Amino acid sequence: MINIFEKHQPTEMYQIVNERGEYNEAALNDLNLNNELLQNMHYWMLKGRIMDQRFLKLHRQGRIGTYGPFSGQEAAQVGSALALSKTDWVVPSYRESLVSMIHGTSLKQFLSYLKGYFGGNRPPEDAKLFPIQVIIAGQVPHAVGCAWASKLKKEDSVTTVYFGDGATSQGDFHEGLNFAAVYNVPIVFFCQNNQWAISTPFEKQTTSETIAQKAIAYGMKGVRVDGNDVLACYQVAKEAIEKARKGEGPTLIEAVTYRRESHTTADDWTKYRSQEDVDAWVKKDPIVRFERFLMNKGLLTTERKEEMVKQFEEEIEKAVKDFEGTPLPPAHETFDYVYEKPHPQLLKQREEFKNRLER
Amino acid sequence: MRKLTMIEAIREAMEQEMEKDQNVIILGEDVGVNGGVFRATDGLQKKFGEDRVFDTPLAESGIIGTAVGLAMNGMRPIAEIQFLGFIYQTMDQICAQAARMRYRSGGRFTVPMVIRSPFSGNVRSPELHSDSLEALFMHSPGLKVVIPSNPYDAKGLLISAIREEDPVLFFEPMKLYRSSREEVPEEPYEIPIGKASVIKEGEDATIATYGGTVPMVLKTAQAFQEKGINLEVIDLRTISPIDTEAIKESVDKTGRLMIVHEAVKTGGVGAEIATIVSEECLYSLAAPIVRVTGYDTPYPVQTVEDDWLPNVERITEGVENLLSYQ
Repeated sequence: MINIFEKHQPTEMYQIVNERGEYNEAALNDLNLNNELLQNMHYWMLKGRIMDQRFLKLHRQGRIGTYGPFSGQEAAQVGSALALSKTDWVVPSYRESLVSMIHGTSLKQFLSYLKGYFGGNRPPEDAKLFPIQVIIAGQVPHAVGCAWASKLKKEDSVTTVYFGDGATSQGDFHEGLNFAAVYNVPIVFFCQNNQWAISTPFEKQTTSETIAQKAIAYGMKGVRVDGNDVLACYQVAKEAIEKARKGEGPTLIEAVTYRRESHTTADDWTKYRSQEDVDAWVKKDPIVRFERFLMNKGLLTTERKEEMVKQFEEEIEKAVKDFEGTPLPPAHETFDYVYEKPHPQLLKQREEFKNRLER
Repeated sequence: MRKLTMIEAIREAMEQEMEKDQNVIILGEDVGVNGGVFRATDGLQKKFGEDRVFDTPLAESGIIGTAVGLAMNGMRPIAEIQFLGFIYQTMDQICAQAARMRYRSGGRFTVPMVIRSPFSGNVRSPELHSDSLEALFMHSPGLKVVIPSNPYDAKGLLISAIREEDPVLFFEPMKLYRSSREEVPEEPYEIPIGKASVIKEGEDATIATYGGTVPMVLKTAQAFQEKGINLEVIDLRTISPIDTEAIKESVDKTGRLMIVHEAVKTGGVGAEIATIVSEECLYSLAAPIVRVTGYDTPYPVQTVEDDWLPNVERITEGVENLLSYQ
């Protein structure tokens, strides 16, 4: 443990591997990561990128509904998600599909969400995972309540909640952080500052220099990390999670990254930002950087990468094809999960709906 | 049998459920040391400790939002919103979050939570302390809305609400908190949610009401009784899901219907009931439906509230109009 929260001011950006793949040796030695974990980080980042780009294509082909891409944010998601145990809770928003997958959602399940099948947002039984949240910052107090319950039940579980820079303007963000600090619950607030809330840039979201410094106001630790550096993201998340597990309080992490694509498939970024803006961040690509690092360490070759790309493409293609043969569940199921038991009026509506569809 | 006020019955329901199930916890503003501004949780923190009864920071959305997360991870929170007028601060957490979590997650998660909140008028409170906002929550599938009008019902309905697997809004008419003492059994008991209660039988007309207006409707009905007119009075007790059968059965019998509530008229519980009747038993009606409700203005200042709210005079006039229609 480097104990980053003691050594760094929230406004300082923490980094281990820079854009050229050069790394801070001392920090890396201190992390003492095994090769398997390093390769696992790469596995998920690369798979995430391929999946994300594939989903954009599927949307253009009319094969899935609206999709919120995460390309450019793989390091922040993979670094933080791999720092969690399976007994830890994850509370995601709609841009954390990669985190959800690392924490237990299958590709098949996610496809059923994107294709609008009922139950598509049902996290698997054995995954400590909340459903995808669409309301900005709505999930923040839920995560605090979840962590609070773990504490009350004396469970060893930490909750990580994900949100973006836009969410930090919402009341629920402030209320959530304040409650978490007041009750000292085991939680990590992981903000992916991807610079854009649809068309609103970070500098119009807040006049705070950083998001991390907002932690000070709630009496908790805050840290700003290079969100395109998977090792730095892993380390700060790991330290924050273990700190929370020991009962030493919540942490606000700001991972500085970039939303390379549009907000969703229903948005067009050319309307509000320049190609130069995007290009500047493409140069800081989290995967390219980490691959340089791995290749320098002899943990990855170009051939191996090409094999992986091919394997992922085939896997995704197969998952999509398989899923497209899945029969739809009966539409009247939509009435079955409103209450534990549908009340008489709802049952009546269910019958009418069912009969009309069967006509 | 010993007699309790409504506030004592509410307190007892929570105390007994907390004894029975250690996952039942209470959170809200001033609910701990102070025992709530109306003393609904008086002594509960002392009895169950600071890990069961929480004084929260002053933030309604934070209270409900964290209660949703607590409920999703195994607890059974009872959250208090100090006055119903403050609930607008947490509409998203109630209607877009608590109400939909079961549906959203395809049944993986449920939110067994009760939101208690005092409301209704005639108590000379400041702005946004007396508003009847119950209809807002009828319009959100996934929620149940319960409103007791007496100590016995309050205890049984609150126990049912705490044992429910879905979120229940439990709205308590402030003016009835200490207005009467009635017999309340000592042991815990449930009154089913979604069932109305016919509190006075009659054949000449039906009055459907709930909460704060129940005692004055009953009083008016008794006055008519002395003149030989038999009014049937239904205390709805739950407004979502509403007891359609009880309303239909009564209207089929009497052929005349009046609805009384404190909430504003447009888009209210009365509008829903009138629609149900027109859909289900229009031809049983011998007269147009009458609504005696608050007017379509913000809840008025203290000097106006007695005239603005349903009162015995307005209800009496309503009944006369209802009965005189040929």
